[in-house]
Amino acid sequence: MFEGGLYPYWIVIFLMMTGLYVVISRDNLVKKVIGLNIFQVSVIMFYVAMGKVRGGTAPIEAEGFTIYSNPLPHVLMLTAIVVGVATTALALSLVVRINEAYATIEEDEIRELEREEEA
Amino acid sequence: MIDVIHIVLFTFLAVIAIAIIRLRDLFAAVMLMGIFSLLSASLFTVMDAVDVAFTEAAVGAGVSTILMLATLSLTHSSESTRYARPRPMALVAVVLTGAALVYATFDMPRYGDPAAPIHHHVADHYIEDTDDEIGVPNMVTAILASYRGYDTWGETAVIFTACVGVMMLLGGARTFYRWRHREEDEPEEAGEAS
Repeated sequence: MFEGGLYPYWIVIFLMMTGLYVVISRDNLVKKVIGLNIFQVSVIMFYVAMGKVRGGTAPIEAEGFTIYSNPLPHVLMLTAIVVGVATTALALSLVVRINEAYATIEEDEIRELEREEEA
Repeated sequence: MIDVIHIVLFTFLAVIAIAIIRLRDLFAAVMLMGIFSLLSASLFTVMDAVDVAFTEAAVGAGVSTILMLATLSLTHSSESTRYARPRPMALVAVVLTGAALVYATFDMPRYGDPAAPIHHHVADHYIEDTDDEIGVPNMVTAILASYRGYDTWGETAVIFTACVGVMMLLGGARTFYRWRHREEDEPEEAGEAS
């Protein structure tokens, strides 16, 4: 059912959109970072799904196997995972600094505090 | 059989994603995010990407979760509902984007299609020649460290930049700033203490 269809791509797009929804509809900054992470994992899943070959095996050379899945998306996504963690770390340390400055990590409360400061 | 595994894993992932949207407790959301990473690692294994799977399990489910838990311990562990309100425009935007992406997939080769263009550009060369040219049986390792070595070098540069950023935000530079401004801060702190 899955091989030869488009269903995997659609489910991955669904996951991607839940991540996007968390990012744009929640005011909590940690929640936004979680949403970004969901989005990132879904994009990685999309690439890996494109690299799958029907009847193929993991791209490790071995006797008795001739069909391998495409190793190139795997390499690119390895890089993406590690870079994703680096950006997550940077985002979270920004959240910690914002919490020190405003004593809150809710975006609308921060905006309110800034408006009060200006007034 | 492999279809059953696909369906079970995808269903779990979708349920967890929706649960993360609905949860207000950030600690639970972070834990679910760890489960989400681990399940996606299982899915990568089913899709033949074993290297991606163990990196995701170690880095995505392990390191990210620890970083988020550390952030929660330094900030607040539950989401405020003071301003919580439904956001219909967000839902509309997300549904439209999703529809556009689904529409785009109709042009794509089917899942697992061996004739897809992605498998016949440089991938053939990598699969056939890595053993002779590099001598490592794992093609992913061979490509990562040799054919696309510059990518990995760039990745290191990005991680270094992020490290410097985190250190500037949370580490030495801030301590120096506080030390420089200690005269201005001290009376205030003393006032608070009394």
